[in-house]
Parts: sequence; C-alpha cells; structure tokens
Amino acid sequence: MVMDSYAEYALEVAIQLKEKHPGTEVTALCVGDKPADEVLRRALALTADQAVRVWDAGWADLDAPAVAHVLAAAIRKLGGADLVLVGRQGSDVERGLVGPMLAEELGAACTTLVARVEVQGDRLRLRREADGGFAVVESRLPAVLSITNDETNVPRLPKVKDLMMATRKPIQVLGPADLDLDPARLAPGVELRDLYIPTQEGACEIIEGDDGPSRAAALAQRLRELKVL
Amino acid sequence: MREILVYAASQGGELTKPALEALGTGRRLAGEAGVPLSAVVLGADTDGPARAAIACGAGKVYAARNPILANFQPDLYLRGLEAAAAASGADVLLFPGDGPGRELAGRLAHRLGAGAVTEVVGYRLDGGVPLWVRPVYGGKAMAVYAPARERVVVALRPKTQDPAVPDPSRQGEVVPLAFEVSEAEAVTRVVEKIQEALSGVRLEDARVVVAGGRGLGGPEPFKDLEELARILGGAVGASRAACDAGWVPPTLQVGQTGAIVAPDLYIAIGISGASQHLAGISGAKTVIAINKDPEAPIFKRANLGIVADYKTVLPALTAELKKLVGA
Repeated sequence: MVMDSYAEYALEVAIQLKEKHPGTEVTALCVGDKPADEVLRRALALTADQAVRVWDAGWADLDAPAVAHVLAAAIRKLGGADLVLVGRQGSDVERGLVGPMLAEELGAACTTLVARVEVQGDRLRLRREADGGFAVVESRLPAVLSITNDETNVPRLPKVKDLMMATRKPIQVLGPADLDLDPARLAPGVELRDLYIPTQEGACEIIEGDDGPSRAAALAQRLRELKVL
Repeated sequence: MREILVYAASQGGELTKPALEALGTGRRLAGEAGVPLSAVVLGADTDGPARAAIACGAGKVYAARNPILANFQPDLYLRGLEAAAAASGADVLLFPGDGPGRELAGRLAHRLGAGAVTEVVGYRLDGGVPLWVRPVYGGKAMAVYAPARERVVVALRPKTQDPAVPDPSRQGEVVPLAFEVSEAEAVTRVVEKIQEALSGVRLEDARVVVAGGRGLGGPEPFKDLEELARILGGAVGASRAACDAGWVPPTLQVGQTGAIVAPDLYIAIGISGASQHLAGISGAKTVIAINKDPEAPIFKRANLGIVADYKTVLPALTAELKKLVGA
C-alpha cells in the first residue's frame, strides 16, 4: 500500500513546518487496516514524530462524513492539534470532502486548495489557489487545510538512516472503544449503487510520414480536411 | 424528491459559469421529475443574481442579502446557505463544483447531516429519485450513488453540464432570508489577491490549448509551445509532472486537480496521459497527441497522433499551422 499522492504533499508541508519551527510535533494519522501501516512507516521515515492508525473491521466502506468523524474523534483522543493538514482530495475516488467536513467536526478554521503555509505567531498566512491566480488568506488556529501540489511541496525521499529508524518506531492503533463516536455520524450518506467502465471513444488516427516535417505537413492537411482550425 | 435547491454563486453581480451549469442541470432534473426548482443567491446586492436565476428557470429564489457578504467568505456564506436550506426544505442541493463550491458543499452537508457527492457528471432517475454518476479512479470507472439520508448535497464537475439558457420572460418569486450573521464568525480572511500575469488567452476559456509534459525535459521548450499557442490564438497548459518539476507555474496545470478545459483543439506534447490528466480534458473536441512512446495512454484519448520525438515535429508543425490559420 502506498500513500495517497496528495497526502504526500500535505506531509511534506508538515515536515517543512517542523524544520522551520523547532518543537513542532508531526503526527501521521490514517483510517485504515493493517496494510496501511506501510503508509505510516513511510511517514515516520520522512521524520513524522508519531504514527497513529484508527481502524475497526466494520469500517471498510466508510464515506467522507464518517471518515471525517473518525479522524476528528482520534485527533481529540490524541489531545488535539493546532493544524491539521489533509490532501486536497483522494487520488482514487476524489471526494475532496474530508478536509471541509473535518474542519466542521473540529470547529476549526477551514481553507481548501492551499499551496503554501506560513505560521506567524498564532495565525497562518496561506497561499490558496483561486480563479486565475492565488489568494493570500489569513487564518486563525486551530485550522484544517487541504493541501494542493506546488513547486515548494514536492515530496522528498526518505534518507536510508531514517528508513531504518522507522522500522523500529511504534505505530499506535486506536479502535472504536478508544474513541467518542456517534453511530449516526458513521452511517453512510450515500450508497454505491453501480460501478462500470465507461466505453472508450474512437481510435486514434496515427499520422505517418518519413520524418518530422512530413508528419507535420500531413497532420496540418488532416486538420484542414477535418476543419478543426 | 421534493424540491431542488441550486446555489447560484455570483461574482460582480453575475452568475458564475459553474453556477449556470448547476442551474442547467437543476432545471432539466426538475422538469423530468416534476418537482420545483429553487435557487439561493448571496451577496451585498442580490437583485441581479436573483433575476438571472429566475431567468434560468428557478421558480423561487432565496436571497441572503447582507453587506458583509459582498465578497466570498466561506464561514459567512455558509450561514446564508444554512438559512436557505432551512427555509426551502429542499432534499436535493446542487452546488457548482469549483473550489469554493466544493468546500461549501462539504461543510453544508455536514451541518445538515446530509449525504454528499462531488465531481458529479450526470444523473439517472430511479423511480423519481436521482442517482448521481461520477468518475472514480481518475476516470477509469464510473460510480453511481443513491442517497442514503433524507437530503443530499451534490457538487457538479465544472464544464460537464450544459449551462442554463436564460429566458428573461420567466417569472419567479424572490424570498428574502432573515438570518443572523456577524463579521466575527469569519475565521479566515483574504488579505491579497494575486492574478497570474496573463499573456494572451485564459487557459480555461481558450479554444485551443497547447500543453506540454514531462517529455519536454525542461522549461525551455515551453517557449516553443507559447509560440504555437500565440499563432493559434490559444493558451499554454501543462501536465502535473511539468508543474511539479517547476518548469511552469502550477496555474498552467491541466487535469483532475488543475484546470478543467474544454477547447476545440487540445495539442498534447510529451504528455503521457495519466488518467488524472485525461479527466481534465474530457470535454476537448479534438485532441492531438505527439509522443515518442506509442504505448502512451494519451493515444487512447487522442483523435490524431504522431509517434515521434516532439523536437523533430514541432518546428515544422508550427510553420504549417501558421500557414493554415494565415497568421
């Protein structure tokens, strides 16, 4: 199992904040079964201070509101957090809902699509993606941010030494008995009715030619015939 | 289904494009299912957006009017949306699926205890109940969701829905919302807006997009792409790999998590075509792929392809297309 790519950007932001502000503790937290330990090991190798996995056998199909509820309960159990970073969305089912819902659960400030994070005392200065550019947003703490990719947060690779260390660090596992959960909040909000593979569109017409210029000429000719331009 | 409520987001007094798309889908669905369509508008002055929403087919418009709603601020806007949800009793709430719309959709769903689906591209009616269709796994599969709670909040993927066609002769009722909201509830604030310097056409609106990926090998070749885009009156785009490498700013990123584009012509140069990238160009009419790897997934989406190192093709292609468009 590998870490979701947007979660990797979020972790990179967290590690950079820790390097810039000594004393900051980074916890990697996920909802997942045993194989998800691999993801948390990677987070530890990237110098997260502790790793926590929350799981129950009945949680295989939790949807976004339920995941947010479980994460919020785990964060409270761990003593709270000033800053919670999540990926802007999952790469597989792309819901983009967990961040905003987690902010609601925790009563924290919420900013989505954040590319850069600066901590200024008890406030955050954020660069957020906006239509045709960026907005600089000031946020109160505690806050939940959904992180998007940026040239400043391209995930680093773990050092060999840290990879070795990570195998020896513990992963804390929490279950429903450890958490203050509301069963109504775990009930599904929507239910998967059907899953299908969309039909592929027409085949690609490959433009042949002896060399680059002849292919370019043939392509231009086809565009003329098809009245594309 | 009892009633559909659309969040008719506006900017500078006009409904946004994603809001027009949400109203278009709302109107079709309301017509097919025989239920009323309502809209909610927020702002310091809601007259223009309310009239526009009625012209787009909303029978009733809930107007949350307050000077502190002059600019988008999610904490404050949510109060208006909550008030509209309470006043209307709608069980289907349709949201534009742009960045602000998705955040508001998720937070409102949580406050209402409603189900939520994002990235929706279509619906099916099942005994009067809409089921929501959305791509999953980067567009490799489609999932169909049924509501499991009394209400559902749905965010529509931009550029996948036919926008509403306004008809100014339509009549409707404007219902002012009485709701409490104070500036102190805003825990974030925008202190500065930075528009990326735009030379030429905006990526999202461009009729032609010339996009480059990892196969370009560095930032310099993007100058040649800019030249081609300029000749075609288009814009330059890029894959996530090219943006992550820092070759071009992230605002040029096309794909699932970047710009969703729907140009007449999309030219993908050195782009392998990861499913996340393809999800951003699903609305493109004609796609040309230039890539040296014949197995690259981009050729599955492309209409026309050249299997070659782009360096051998691009200069000649630029010259040919310059002739073609008479530039």
